[in-house]
Amino acid sequence: MISFRIDSHSGVPPYLQVVQQVRQALRVGVLQVGDQLPTVREVVAAVAINPNTVLKAYRDLEREGLVEGRPGQGTFVKGLPPGPPPQTHTGLARSLSRWVASARQAGLDDEAIEALVHSTLRETRGAGVA
Amino acid sequence: MNLATRERAVPAVETFGLTKRYGATVALSGCTIAVPQGSICALVGPNGAGKTTLLRLLAGLSRPSGGRVEVFGQQPAQDPGFLTDVGFLAQEIPLWRRFSAADHLDVGAHLNTRWDRDGAEDRLRQLSIPLDRPVGNLSGGQRAQVALGLALAKQPRLLLLDEPVAALDPLARRHFLSMLTEAVAGWDLTVVISSHLIGDLERVCDHLVLLSASRPQLCGGIDQLMAAHKVLTGSRRVVTGSVEGTHAVIDAHHTPRQTTLVVRGEGPVLDPDWDVSEIGLEELILAYMAQDGPPGVGDQLNAVGGQR
Repeated sequence: MISFRIDSHSGVPPYLQVVQQVRQALRVGVLQVGDQLPTVREVVAAVAINPNTVLKAYRDLEREGLVEGRPGQGTFVKGLPPGPPPQTHTGLARSLSRWVASARQAGLDDEAIEALVHSTLRETRGAGVA
Repeated sequence: MNLATRERAVPAVETFGLTKRYGATVALSGCTIAVPQGSICALVGPNGAGKTTLLRLLAGLSRPSGGRVEVFGQQPAQDPGFLTDVGFLAQEIPLWRRFSAADHLDVGAHLNTRWDRDGAEDRLRQLSIPLDRPVGNLSGGQRAQVALGLALAKQPRLLLLDEPVAALDPLARRHFLSMLTEAVAGWDLTVVISSHLIGDLERVCDHLVLLSASRPQLCGGIDQLMAAHKVLTGSRRVVTGSVEGTHAVIDAHHTPRQTTLVVRGEGPVLDPDWDVSEIGLEELILAYMAQDGPPGVGDQLNAVGGQR
């Protein structure tokens, strides 16, 4: 069973935070096929968000084929999100941290690094579409 | 709990041109809003904008001077048939200070036909609230939680809360709000909650009614309202009425170099000189609070949130 953290000031809508945290838990193996997600009532009692927010998040995950609602039982993990296995993440994380180290050495602070990452993501996304 | 069936049902709250005057003072004017069943609705606006007036009208504690108000299709009144379904928690938490929480629960059991004493005791025990001590000896946060516990023991279908968390510390507020959201997850409960704490409202609310200068300026689902507004930033310029004829200007700020607009409208803004960003709930609320109800806002009001 996983628990959620909802940051009111992140700018990310709460329902999306729930979706992202479930996807992340699936990606890193914290959640596996067959595991049960907390009930709506358990989630709202723990983090004080709107029950409809949790329902919306679970519906989104259901539409993606990642979870399924079983009437009278709860919501269970049905599949894993597309993408490479966790080992791939580990390898990429290593090369990224080497890159971050060289960026720091070149005098970029965290804000400049984030800005660079975001603009690179944006540009390459544009190139991919075009 | 099924969202789809809930949305089809008659609104929990519906008002049509609702007006309340106290002598020559207009406390609420031309208020037409709807709150769908099962939602938690934030009621926001400057002090004196009419929030308490609206809540009292919904609770049947005062009568309209004009217009109509319906709660589950029924006119609010001080009769048992109506009051069974409606809970109201006034700002000045009404408890008998020398009575304990358990005493209050006993009294409630006598006065109400529907009374979930066990559930209320469980909720208060979970928060480690002493049930046998006079509530006058409890902290402000605990008293608010007892009051909410009592309001929920009635298992109302509509709960009206008038700034219940204003005086509470962050932890007590969190406990109060989780008690509230858990109740909404537990049965078909609709909540209207007035507060100035937008961060809290953003977490728990999915519907918004904004009153300013005694009139509603905004009413709708929070997601839809956010999607219908944008923030535009660009070089300083004069903008009147709308941007590109598609986006109505709600609020404008100028510095010698820069113009920042809050606009309302569908579709893209074409001029590449505008930097377009999503709006935050706080920005949205402040933009509408800043204006004093220009003509036309009432018409736009009805376009958002999928209601009449």
